Amino acid sequence: MKLTGAQALINCLEKEGVEVIFGYPGGVVIPIYDVLYDSKIRHILVRHEQCAAHAADGYARATGKVGVCMATSGPGATNLVTGIANAHLDSIPIVAFTGQVATQMIGTDAFQEADITGITLPIVKHSYLVKDVRDLPEIIREAFYIASTGRPGPVLVDIPADISNAQFAHRHPVKLNLAGFKPTIKGNVRQIKQAAKSICHAKRPLIVAGGGILRSRAWDELQELVRLTRIPITTTLMGKGAYPETDDLYVGMPGMHGTKCANYALTECDLLLAVGMRFDDRVTGKLSTFAPDALVIHVDIDPAEIGKNIKTRIPIVGDAKTVLKDLIIAVEKEKLEGLEDIGAWLQQVNSWKKKYPLAYKKNGKLLPEFVVEKTYELTEGKAIIATEVGQNQMWAAQFYKCDKPQSFITSGGLGTMGFGLPASIGAQIGRPDEVVIDIAGDGSVQMVSQELATAVANKLPINIFILNNGYLGMVRQWQELFYHHRYSQTDLAVGTPDFVKLAEAYGAKGIRVTEINQVESAIKEAIDSPETVVVDFLIEREENVFPMVPAGGSINEMIGGEIE
Amino acid sequence: MKHTLSVLVDNEPGVLTRVAGLFSRRGFNIDSLAVGPTENPKYSRMTIVIDGETHSIEQVTKQLHKLINVIKITDLDPEESIERELVLIKVNAPPTTRAQVIEIVDIFRANIVDVAKNTLTIEATGNTNKVKAIEEMLAPYGIKELTRTGKIALSRGQKSG
Repeated sequence: MKLTGAQALINCLEKEGVEVIFGYPGGVVIPIYDVLYDSKIRHILVRHEQCAAHAADGYARATGKVGVCMATSGPGATNLVTGIANAHLDSIPIVAFTGQVATQMIGTDAFQEADITGITLPIVKHSYLVKDVRDLPEIIREAFYIASTGRPGPVLVDIPADISNAQFAHRHPVKLNLAGFKPTIKGNVRQIKQAAKSICHAKRPLIVAGGGILRSRAWDELQELVRLTRIPITTTLMGKGAYPETDDLYVGMPGMHGTKCANYALTECDLLLAVGMRFDDRVTGKLSTFAPDALVIHVDIDPAEIGKNIKTRIPIVGDAKTVLKDLIIAVEKEKLEGLEDIGAWLQQVNSWKKKYPLAYKKNGKLLPEFVVEKTYELTEGKAIIATEVGQNQMWAAQFYKCDKPQSFITSGGLGTMGFGLPASIGAQIGRPDEVVIDIAGDGSVQMVSQELATAVANKLPINIFILNNGYLGMVRQWQELFYHHRYSQTDLAVGTPDFVKLAEAYGAKGIRVTEINQVESAIKEAIDSPETVVVDFLIEREENVFPMVPAGGSINEMIGGEIE
Repeated sequence: MKHTLSVLVDNEPGVLTRVAGLFSRRGFNIDSLAVGPTENPKYSRMTIVIDGETHSIEQVTKQLHKLINVIKITDLDPEESIERELVLIKVNAPPTTRAQVIEIVDIFRANIVDVAKNTLTIEATGNTNKVKAIEEMLAPYGIKELTRTGKIALSRGQKSG
């Protein structure tokens, strides 16, 4: 069958099971958009390409499928860069398609030419510049396979205009031939046995689970292991939802704005089983004082993460789900030989948990913690939460307890302000029956507010809860605590739009909340509404996120968070 | 300690950029890098020399392995491998010292590949020490220009490393 490159591309995407593309057209991708016009694949027209990448990312996180975005050459492609970097640092499977100027024009500084494979080289898992249309089907197969296999990540495919128009004889199926890409899935049996032995003999064991649990869909196995061993567990920001947060053995999030209980447990434990996490500096704080007494067992699909930041006694390279399954069997066997009594440790952990709950002063004012807490109560913890970055993100992480996986969507690695709104668009499209809420800040949401148009145009019932303090709150908090209250360039109050009017200008619903007694009805109204809703919570301006580990400090030396 | 990594990669445009980019992004310094096609035209072999004192060879190797175009990496044991480098040296050799220079060339079993009125251009191959030694011996006569290929290496014996 003779097809053009553009036809083959859409044909291949349909074969990959792609349901939706987030994108924005332009000159060199018109041939592709022309084919898309007749395709059953849904296209969501964003209003800025960065948000196409973020929406694809949010879709991938909410569904576990590969997210797809598309942009034209030059500025369209460069606008994707932040979104690709974001997916790269959080290991999210997306495939980004960009148009490129015609092959014979490459390198001539042609109109809307940018070397996007070059620009994105350090932030992709892999990339392709298609030079022969006959390679296109194989490249697309490889792109989806690489993006979703092993440690997931973004793959970019750059398609010159003449390739889209060229005709060739297209044949299916395409076979994969990737000699240099063979991720280790099954963990080493001896290492797993040794890990099981150490786990059963530890006096003060702790599990820390990260985003890898979600990527490998290993949440059931993780629960099974905890049930079997009764070991207390903490999940990183990226791992939120990997383990039910309302469970007795859950000790909260670790790190900079984690719970004291999690950080004390990390500091005191004698065995740390780390699964699908990478010991980011926001989790470990000062490395020399991090889990000083712990025998570290590190399970990760990426061998380069093992030993990168933390000395590991028992490294296990493999897929979290596969390794945990094997580990459960090994622990069951080892248990027969006797299990160390960890009763005293559990008591200790429990007493920390009781003594240092996440708390805030209830002074009758409209506080962000209260808004998030109410959101949690009124959605019964079942909503999909996306966040922006900064204080809003930390309050959401602290006070919205996730019991379900794939329900907390946040930019952990790159810390991208403006991620939450487009990500919630992607999440809502991927899981249309769920309540989706973007917990936002006034600074972040202004970076992407044009996407209200995308949400309204597609009748998406997403809820944008703006915790509006008129500040770049997290930077202001650091300035208050470490820079003598010198609020350099963080006051946004003058010039911040009236978000209710802004919502209405886009055809969305806008609700303003200024008093604590309006919170409940506003949240109810928003989540019950079939429209896109913006709720502008005018919160206490200088509320801080506590507890907090100052940058570079030890995680057991936290400031704030005590309520008199 | 210097490590010599023999890295089998896809013979495709952009692969060298990916490897070089990875090294600069992760802050690994390359002492030398030589690349060329192998017996199979689908693959190229890169011989990369890096300083193991300043960087963890383990991290370098693991990060390299993550590149899709990297097929295989071998950290070559100097005892169990053959390494060669080629150097071209243009050295001052007026009639008064020409005989001495030629003598040095003979001792090192190097070749004279170009002759001019006052200079000789010498081609020498050998391991890093030999190349360094001939350079040192010729230095007193005045080296006008010098270029080296960087090290290439293969493991000894029947096994392909």
